[in-house]
Amino acid sequence: MPIKHPNLQLTRLTDAVPTWAGEIGAEYLPDVCRQVRDGGGRLVALWGSDARKLRGGFMLHVALINESGLVCLHVPLPETHPHYPDIARIFPAADRMQRATCDLLGLHPLEASDHRKWLCHGAWHGGSFPLRKDFDAAASRIDAADDYPFVHVAGQGVHEIAVGPVHAGIIEPGHFRFSVIGERVLRLEERLGYVHKGIEKRFESMSLLQGAKLAGRVSGDSTVAYAWAYAMAAESIAGITPPDRALWLRALLLERERIANHLGDLGYLGNDVALSFGFAQFWILKEQVLRTNAALFGHRYLMDCIVPGGVAVQLDAAGKHLIEQECLLLQREVAVLRGIYEEHAGVQDRFIGAGRVEPKLAAQLGLCGLAGRASAQAWDARVQFACAPYDKLDVRMATYRNGDVAARVIVRFDELFESLRLIGQILVNFIHEEDATQALEKLPANGFGIGMVEGWRGEVMVAIHSDAQGNLARIHPHDPSWQNWPVLEHAIIDNIVPDFPLINKSFNLSYSGQDL
Amino acid sequence: MTENTEFIFAILFQLTQLLLVVLAAPLLSGWVNQCQAWLQNRSGAGVLQPYRVLHKLFHKDAVIAYNASPLFRATPYIVFGCMWLAAAIIPIIAVDLPFSRAADVIALVGVFAVARVFISLAAMDIGTAFGSLGARREMLVSFLAEPALLMVLFTASMISHSTQLPTIVDTLAHHQFVIYPSLAFAALAFVIVLLAENARIPVDNPSTHLELTMIHEAMILEYSARHLALIEWASSLKLFAYISLGIALFTPHGIAEVGNWAGLPLAIGLLLLKLMLAGAGLALLETVSAKMRIFRAPEFLGTAFLLAVLGLLIHFLLGV
Repeated sequence: MPIKHPNLQLTRLTDAVPTWAGEIGAEYLPDVCRQVRDGGGRLVALWGSDARKLRGGFMLHVALINESGLVCLHVPLPETHPHYPDIARIFPAADRMQRATCDLLGLHPLEASDHRKWLCHGAWHGGSFPLRKDFDAAASRIDAADDYPFVHVAGQGVHEIAVGPVHAGIIEPGHFRFSVIGERVLRLEERLGYVHKGIEKRFESMSLLQGAKLAGRVSGDSTVAYAWAYAMAAESIAGITPPDRALWLRALLLERERIANHLGDLGYLGNDVALSFGFAQFWILKEQVLRTNAALFGHRYLMDCIVPGGVAVQLDAAGKHLIEQECLLLQREVAVLRGIYEEHAGVQDRFIGAGRVEPKLAAQLGLCGLAGRASAQAWDARVQFACAPYDKLDVRMATYRNGDVAARVIVRFDELFESLRLIGQILVNFIHEEDATQALEKLPANGFGIGMVEGWRGEVMVAIHSDAQGNLARIHPHDPSWQNWPVLEHAIIDNIVPDFPLINKSFNLSYSGQDL
Repeated sequence: MTENTEFIFAILFQLTQLLLVVLAAPLLSGWVNQCQAWLQNRSGAGVLQPYRVLHKLFHKDAVIAYNASPLFRATPYIVFGCMWLAAAIIPIIAVDLPFSRAADVIALVGVFAVARVFISLAAMDIGTAFGSLGARREMLVSFLAEPALLMVLFTASMISHSTQLPTIVDTLAHHQFVIYPSLAFAALAFVIVLLAENARIPVDNPSTHLELTMIHEAMILEYSARHLALIEWASSLKLFAYISLGIALFTPHGIAEVGNWAGLPLAIGLLLLKLMLAGAGLALLETVSAKMRIFRAPEFLGTAFLLAVLGLLIHFLLGV
């Protein structure tokens, strides 16, 4: 049992990662959270659901993690004035999740320090909440100009630089408000939510298999991680285990996704210090991986390869050979490129010391995933909560203490080589037989399941609630970017403005995945 | 030859150079970009790409901010004019052109400074954060680059006892082909100044899309269509002028003299060869270096100044 509390009854879910769930009164929530934090645990996700039809009132869901596993707390809230005690002072990462839950469902954190809206950019009017079941989209639409009070920094010589949401390059939209003195950054404030598409609402009118496609499109660069987490949650509710062959293939796809993204990021990091040579070389390799993906699995970014119950792709002996050859090539080329990056004085001068996040701050803010491991936060779901087939793989976690851009580059290189090694092992274990699995098409009634997968950016979590007919009642996909965006605001403090693109790229967080 | 025909010849030579420079400048930029593409394993857009970009930009409608003052509109023409004038002063295909006598090296530096002042003012004119940011950084870089450039020019002036470019080039071109240690130091300093003044890596990145990092590009973010075309063209002209100035100072051998029509083809051929080599060298330099943190730029340009002063001292102390 991961947490003990007199008012909490936890039950173990039949999940691939060790998961417990239990109901608790809102007044005990801070107690439990504090207990988890003091035990070295952290917040994974916070979301709400509309349970008025099912059992009356609303529900707040808080997913916490400690070394024994994932704990999901269900907090029932009354129908009138649904509110709960603020937990952002225990887990700072909760702040934006609470504000988003407030925008979407009208669940209010009491005594929270920040009551500004987050995902709502004036697309629906106050008092209407898109994720409530009785939401009327047509009636709630307003086209008023959006107004958002930024925090102002006062003082002699302080001025603001507003960047985005439309940028000079082709990237996702986000607004960054810098308060600077000369080139030195005093404060950065992010404003996200420009790509809020109503994904969570859309899920509710979909079948389980349609939902799998949508889950794979929450954040395009992590499609395998999302699709697997979604499938894992569904399989957990249905109580089934996919065949070994499907699990090995899923791990293969996940590691290939990690390799493609790390290659792309390493190229971009070279580009951001104007070493276009590195950009070109890494992107040649990335392109090669993507083309092999298209040839073997029918999609460059591996979308729709994973379905609840198994996988939708095959791999024959020729394909296996192709991947092995590609791994050898990558191993060789990346080793050379790593040497060039590490010995280039100009590159190292830019990387070292830029955007440093001290381990202490990282722990306090709940920095997770790749960026967390570069700041000595040793969390990797493939290692600590190894679901099949990672339990047979002995993954070596890459961690580093420095927490600067250079550290995040090193972790990327280490993980890239580790993924290549893992693919070698996966191919050895991979079983050649025809797929006998049936895709899971329907969920049991009133189920709840969680899937958690270590994507390339960090842990991707998907929670599924099914209704009385076994349809999707509420889906919450959670991206690690929720935790890491606020840390970026701290990473840039006291750095100079021209270093921001580099620091930002070294985190490379998802806009789409957190705007939903 | 009468004085009259000599004058007409001189004017013809001057016009040839003016036309050649303005038409060939984008080609040099295209060549540098193409060399970079080759060095980076890319196929590249071809040496003619800058012309296509200019053609595209001249056919678009200009969008100008409501609060832009006449200065903002006038600046592209002023900058273009300054760069063209600079390219007219520098002996590129022949020495002793009529325009060359009009201004000496110090005035040449002044012409570059006029363009810089106007483009910085125009950048701040609209009042966007990026314009002021770029203008501020441009001033940080250029106020350090300018004295280094002057020192380089003084070294060459000392050798030829004149600040007139034609005299300097004439002296150096007809001198025995020996390496002056003082000029070698000056040449190194000049390369650093050239990189800084033309917004090249490692000081700036001409192809950047990162709005928070850029210097030159940040200043011209608000320009579009014909204004942007003129500024782009002026940037090409500036690069051409700087490289030509480098060639005139450090390897002027083979340059024609006014009226010497027979020597002109050889002079132009040699010039093209030198430009190609210089362009390729620039591309190589840019490919192997990363952009430095902006506060390293003062150290970098300080090095240029130091090298230029060393050149000057060597000339004084050793007389070479």
